[in-house]
Amino acid sequence: MAKSLFDKIWDAHVVKTAPGGLDIVYIDRHLIHEVTSPQAFDELEARQLPLYRPNRILATADHNVPTRNQHLPIEEPLSRSQVDKLTANCEKYGVELYGLGHARQGIVHVIGPELGLTLPGATIVCGDSHTSTHGAFGAVAFGIGTSQVAQVMATQCLLLSRPKRMRITVDGELRRGVTAKDLILYIISQLGTGGATGYFVEYAGSAVRGLSMEGRMTVCNMSIEMGARGGLIAPDATTFAYVEGRAFAPKGVVWEQAVAYWKTLYSDDDTVFDAEHHFNARDIAPMITYGTNPGMGIALNGNIPSEVAASESESFDKSLAYMGFQRGESLLGKEINYVFIGSCTNSRIEDLRAVAAYVQGKQKAKHVEAIIVPGSKQVEQQAISEGLDKILAEAGFELREPGCSACLAMNEDKIPAGAYCVATSNRNFEGRQGPGSRTLLASPLVAAITAVQGRIVDITQYLN
Amino acid sequence: MEKFQTLHSSAVPLPLENIDTDQIIPARFLKATTRKGFGENLFRDWRCNADGTPKPDFVLNDARYSGQILLAGKNFGCGSSREHAAWALYDAGFRVVISSYFADIFRGNALNTGLLPLQVTDAELSSLFALVEQDADTQFIVNLPEQTLHVPATNQTIHFDIDPYKKECLINGYDDIDFLVSQKPAIEAYEQRRTWAW
Repeated sequence: MAKSLFDKIWDAHVVKTAPGGLDIVYIDRHLIHEVTSPQAFDELEARQLPLYRPNRILATADHNVPTRNQHLPIEEPLSRSQVDKLTANCEKYGVELYGLGHARQGIVHVIGPELGLTLPGATIVCGDSHTSTHGAFGAVAFGIGTSQVAQVMATQCLLLSRPKRMRITVDGELRRGVTAKDLILYIISQLGTGGATGYFVEYAGSAVRGLSMEGRMTVCNMSIEMGARGGLIAPDATTFAYVEGRAFAPKGVVWEQAVAYWKTLYSDDDTVFDAEHHFNARDIAPMITYGTNPGMGIALNGNIPSEVAASESESFDKSLAYMGFQRGESLLGKEINYVFIGSCTNSRIEDLRAVAAYVQGKQKAKHVEAIIVPGSKQVEQQAISEGLDKILAEAGFELREPGCSACLAMNEDKIPAGAYCVATSNRNFEGRQGPGSRTLLASPLVAAITAVQGRIVDITQYLN
Repeated sequence: MEKFQTLHSSAVPLPLENIDTDQIIPARFLKATTRKGFGENLFRDWRCNADGTPKPDFVLNDARYSGQILLAGKNFGCGSSREHAAWALYDAGFRVVISSYFADIFRGNALNTGLLPLQVTDAELSSLFALVEQDADTQFIVNLPEQTLHVPATNQTIHFDIDPYKKECLINGYDDIDFLVSQKPAIEAYEQRRTWAW
């Protein structure tokens, strides 16, 4: 019988089906960080359980770490205590930790792929909803809660119901200035913030296959923003070329065997999906969000909707009031105070290169504060070796040290109340970047152009 | 995990859609390393001004409304996977959230916390909001073994679905970890037969 990519991977990881129909699913890779792991380690402690497979876990500190002076002790006591707790737990249980100062430290969803830990056909979990990022490699990857983090620590397994399958096909060629970020913001704006709840999404079509691995990661990363359990893309030559030679990737004969298996990971021709959506790449323009969930997105030169369903009216108006916008208006010309380029969505070397290529020889607007937070130490080092740090500094952008930073503002990197920030991150929820902050999500290219212009512009007129 | 069987309570209405976990518990309050105390910051930025004083128009500050049931608009708990959102609701005294659908990760986290995510239809949810709007003291009886939500005032009974395994877990106070640990021999056998683990 024809099988989807998702089902091929899921079936290969079912230890057994429990009475009642839930599957016991084996987890190949477990990524942990300082915020959602301490209570899970406590759970093991309280139940006197050992960590079952320490070599399948990798830890890093990313969510609340400062992005300046990482060589100094963390000033904020609660953040320091969480990071210290992670260090102590990893030592006690024998978990590999790439903590602050380590050459491999970074945002958990950036370092997994760059180290070759993220592989096609694998099951990958982390106590973080953006774990869907790893699906870009043809892995089944999804975010879990802390109780489940403890379950994986104790047994390397989770008890799960099989989600429904959705395929989103985007065919055609993306227009100039339209990036992977615009593609996913467009899809979410069409399906809505809960439009894929209950589903695991496969992205397909020529526009998706044409994306780089960085672009595919951006797309899969935001699957959760339409409620999907995860998102994935069939592995292909682009995938194998990215993975080959990375630190933890298979080598030699094992690599050959792995690739032979990975080439079988695609949805069979006759696969029937529970839901299908088709989009044309030519219909996608550079995007921006105007509201307080990622589904509230429009083309840069479009208008905020005037009409919404009656049931959504109260939430919609609350959202616009928070943002200081009106129904039906255009965002063009709106002054922006901050530009944040970073997060597990858009902080990879390709993103930094795109920003540097645009801002080279230009200056950010005087009233804009522009910060760039690389996704990892490796991205930071690569940027420096390519001279991007100098280009960015000359344009008035501040290149920080790696972490989640102003995406969720657990550290000092906060947007003040009432200020507008064009951000390359993934969530524009109320207060996400700090109490009262107003976030407009966009691509790194849109963010770079906004920083230089100091206001929202139709970027198609400003492309180099 | 505490057992859950039945609950007789009034409800607190929050008729907004797409309430994300950043609103339920903002990220800056996720720095505790235990499960306790998150209730203090439940809906912090909707409940309090920047200086910590209460916002009088928010429902949790409205003396008319109380109870262990939160009645919320559809797509409740979207966004971040933070289980702290379920812990915060539980810590603040809630035992049931009623909505017309829940984000997947939140649903799982709630069940693992002993908080019942009770899903009704859009039409049923509208009728429940209307009842509470008319009378803030409207009582509800949640019966998990029977899978019913009963409103004595109107004699209305709504049947709800729940995964049978998760239902047994809630009723008995079990969690998945107990079951999974009991499956160790099967897990070890799986590891043995798997030939392609890189």
